[in-house]
Amino acid sequence: MTLQAFFAMGGYAFYVWTAYGLTLMVLVLNVLLPLIQRKQFLRQQALKQKRST
Amino acid sequence: MFLIPDSVVRFFHRMASPPHFYAFTERLMPWLVVIFFLLTVSGLYGGLYLAPPDYQQGDSYRIIYIHVPSAWMSLFIYVVMAITGAIGLIWRIKLAEIISISSAAVGASFTLIALFTGSLWGKPMWGTWWVWDARLTSELILLFLYLGVIGLYGAIEDKRVASKAVAILALVGVVNIPIIHYSVEWWNTLHQGPTVTKLDKPSIHVSMLIPLLLMTLAFKFYYLIAVIQRARLELLRRERNSQWVKSMITGESA
Repeated sequence: MTLQAFFAMGGYAFYVWTAYGLTLMVLVLNVLLPLIQRKQFLRQQALKQKRST
Repeated sequence: MFLIPDSVVRFFHRMASPPHFYAFTERLMPWLVVIFFLLTVSGLYGGLYLAPPDYQQGDSYRIIYIHVPSAWMSLFIYVVMAITGAIGLIWRIKLAEIISISSAAVGASFTLIALFTGSLWGKPMWGTWWVWDARLTSELILLFLYLGVIGLYGAIEDKRVASKAVAILALVGVVNIPIIHYSVEWWNTLHQGPTVTKLDKPSIHVSMLIPLLLMTLAFKFYYLIAVIQRARLELLRRERNSQWVKSMITGESA
C-alpha cells in the first residue's frame, strides 16, 4: 500500500481523519488543561505565601 | 476484611491520604504514559494499516477503533463516577469524592467523542449525521448527565456539600446506563446491534478485533492519566490551607 492510498482511506479520508483529528484534540486538551491549571495554581499560592510572610 | 490481604488494605488506606496520593501519582504517571503510547501505537497500526477494509463499508469503518472504545469508556467512567460518588457519600472519603468529580470531565469528553465520531461515520454510511434513534438519544442524555454533574459541582461553593449533591445526581442517572447498552436490542434502531460483546460468537474478524481491544485498553490507560491530572488539581484546590500543600509550595518556590 502506498502512503497516498493510506491517507486516501478508500475515498473516506475526510470522515476518517476528521474523526481521528478531533479525538486527538479532545484527548490532548483534557490532559493539558488541568496540568497547566495546576502549575498556575502552585505559582499563585507560592506568591500568596511570599506576600504573607 | 479477612479475604483481603493486609498489604492491599494498607495500600488503599495510604492512597486515601491526600499527600500520599499526590506523591504516588507523580511517580506513577510516566509509566502510565508509556503504556498508553505503546497500546495506542500498536492499536492504530493494527487498525489503520494491517486490518483489511470492511467488505461492505470500505475504509470508513476504521472510525470504529475510536468510536467503540470511546462509547464503552463513556459508560465505564459513568459507573466509576457513580460508585466513587456513593463511597464518598457513605464513608465521606475525600479522595473518593475527588475521583468521582474528576471522572466527570473525562467521561463527558469520551461521550462527546463517541457522538461526533458516530456522526462522522453515520454520514457516509447512513446518509445522515444524526437520527433520533434510541442509541443516539440515550448517549446524548448521558452527555447531559455528565454536564449536569459538572455544572452542579461548580454551582455549590462548599465542595463537600457539592460532592454529596453530585453523587446523588450521578446515582440517579445510573438508570440510563443499561438503557444505552440494551437500546439496540429493545428498540428498532438505525444504529447496528452488538458485534463484539456477543462473546460466544463475535461477528468481527480477529484482525479487526485485536486492534479494537488494544485501543479499548489504551483508552482505559488514558482515563487513568486524565483522571489523575484532574484529581491532583482538585486535591490542591481543596487542600490549599492544609499543612502538606503549604510546605510543598514553600519547598518548590525556595
